[in-house]
Amino acid sequence: MLITQLKAKETIDALVVGKAFILNCFGCKEVYFPEKCATELQKELSDAGKVTGILTMDYICNPENLKLHLEARKDEIAAADVVLVFSCGVGVQTVAGLLEDKKVVAACDTLRLPGFQGVTPQEFDCDQCGMCFLNGTGGICPITACSKSLVNGQCGGAKNGMCEVDPNMECGWERIQKRLTKLGRLDILKNAPVQIRDYSTDDATKECKQSE
Amino acid sequence: MKVTDLFKEGKFVVSAEVGPPKGIHIEEMIESAKKYLTKIDAINVTDNQSSVMRLGSLAVCKALKDEGFNPIFQMTCRDRNRIALESDLLSAAMFGIDNVLALTGDYTKLGDHPGAKPVFDLDSVSLLYTMGQLEQGIDLGGQPLEGEAPTFAKGAVVSPCSDSLDAQLVKMERKIKAGAQFFQTQAVFDSERYIKFAEIAKKEFDVPIQLGIIIPKNAGMCNFMNNNVAGISIPASIIDELKADKERTKAGITGTEIAARIIRECKDYCQGAHIMTLGWEDKIPSLMEQAGL
Repeated sequence: MLITQLKAKETIDALVVGKAFILNCFGCKEVYFPEKCATELQKELSDAGKVTGILTMDYICNPENLKLHLEARKDEIAAADVVLVFSCGVGVQTVAGLLEDKKVVAACDTLRLPGFQGVTPQEFDCDQCGMCFLNGTGGICPITACSKSLVNGQCGGAKNGMCEVDPNMECGWERIQKRLTKLGRLDILKNAPVQIRDYSTDDATKECKQSE
Repeated sequence: MKVTDLFKEGKFVVSAEVGPPKGIHIEEMIESAKKYLTKIDAINVTDNQSSVMRLGSLAVCKALKDEGFNPIFQMTCRDRNRIALESDLLSAAMFGIDNVLALTGDYTKLGDHPGAKPVFDLDSVSLLYTMGQLEQGIDLGGQPLEGEAPTFAKGAVVSPCSDSLDAQLVKMERKIKAGAQFFQTQAVFDSERYIKFAEIAKKEFDVPIQLGIIIPKNAGMCNFMNNNVAGISIPASIIDELKADKERTKAGITGTEIAARIIRECKDYCQGAHIMTLGWEDKIPSLMEQAGL
């Protein structure tokens, strides 16, 4: 089980620079999704004229299916400056993987709940860390793509772009660097505040349920 | 003595590196330091280097300080969480050890305790930030420190000859923004490549950089490092030099000449040198003489 929780409203507002295309994933039975809060927030953005389109679907972590849906909505996506995704971390990474030239951002943090993890097809991994870092990394997760789960950049152990721990694995931070360079947004990385993880998020699942 | 004060005086700061033994006797290390490292400005003490368990860096720093040396306490984030790291920073400050080099650390699997839990609660960037917080009298939990706050010369590392120099420069910028005041580099064997890096770094950051130096012992060692050590790139010409006269190479004469030449070539592009001896402390006096230090 996992829980998605909306990021703070100020955080989401800051992410939507210009117009946004919104993608909701309501699909996974294993995910507790804050539907009511998300709908309210999206209505606000819509009323402010900041939304080019909203796509709500199941299992956005299935890239084949997602690709078809994105193709059908490509004009609305092209008109947007940012794609705002309401899903778990796997979903955001799947979208970012398919829209490499677009700024794809997460509106949610994904938190862990003990128990059954679901049977979604997963090309990407989300560690359910509770403080989604995808918005500062071009949609590539530093927790799962870096062997050391570093959140402030490359460790210096990569050789020819490959990880010091697993020579068959590309250095996650080099992937992030390349993605942000491609997006022309290396400034996000250079100017990011010092990141320190909060490992106390176990308790946040309760708070999240109460706030719904 | 903070190495940052030496940089401010315009001194070309030379440091060496010692690795604590896997045991509790350091008499030999101290004797060797007294014999060969007296002209050195500071001595780095590695922190369970290559993830191999050894005597602690802080304890050896204290022992060196008691003998009149100026230690640089290397701290990796592999083995301790933020509570232990902050606590060790306070311990260092209490001993008057005020040079700290912040590193993320090699992964546990690379060392002699591959089953150990890799911590990485903080990393090099957040450790530098943590030092800055402690200097302001506040810890990472937001709690005030009692009495006088510690102060540190905050150091970090960079790989100028890395195959991903762009990523290294971004990381360097993040380290500076997090409080890094001086840098030591990964070992340099290619002066031209280093100088290119140093010119960019000077233009962008203007922070003191110590050129990293390893005295190459033989061709085999160079090939091994080329294949296995991140950020190291040894040109074929240097390997050929080491192959030319095996006796001179074995005696360390060729390696010392090569290292001295690299220092001379890069001297105008760095503010100091950091010599990683890998057991060849006895070559340092000759290296310094040949390099004109």
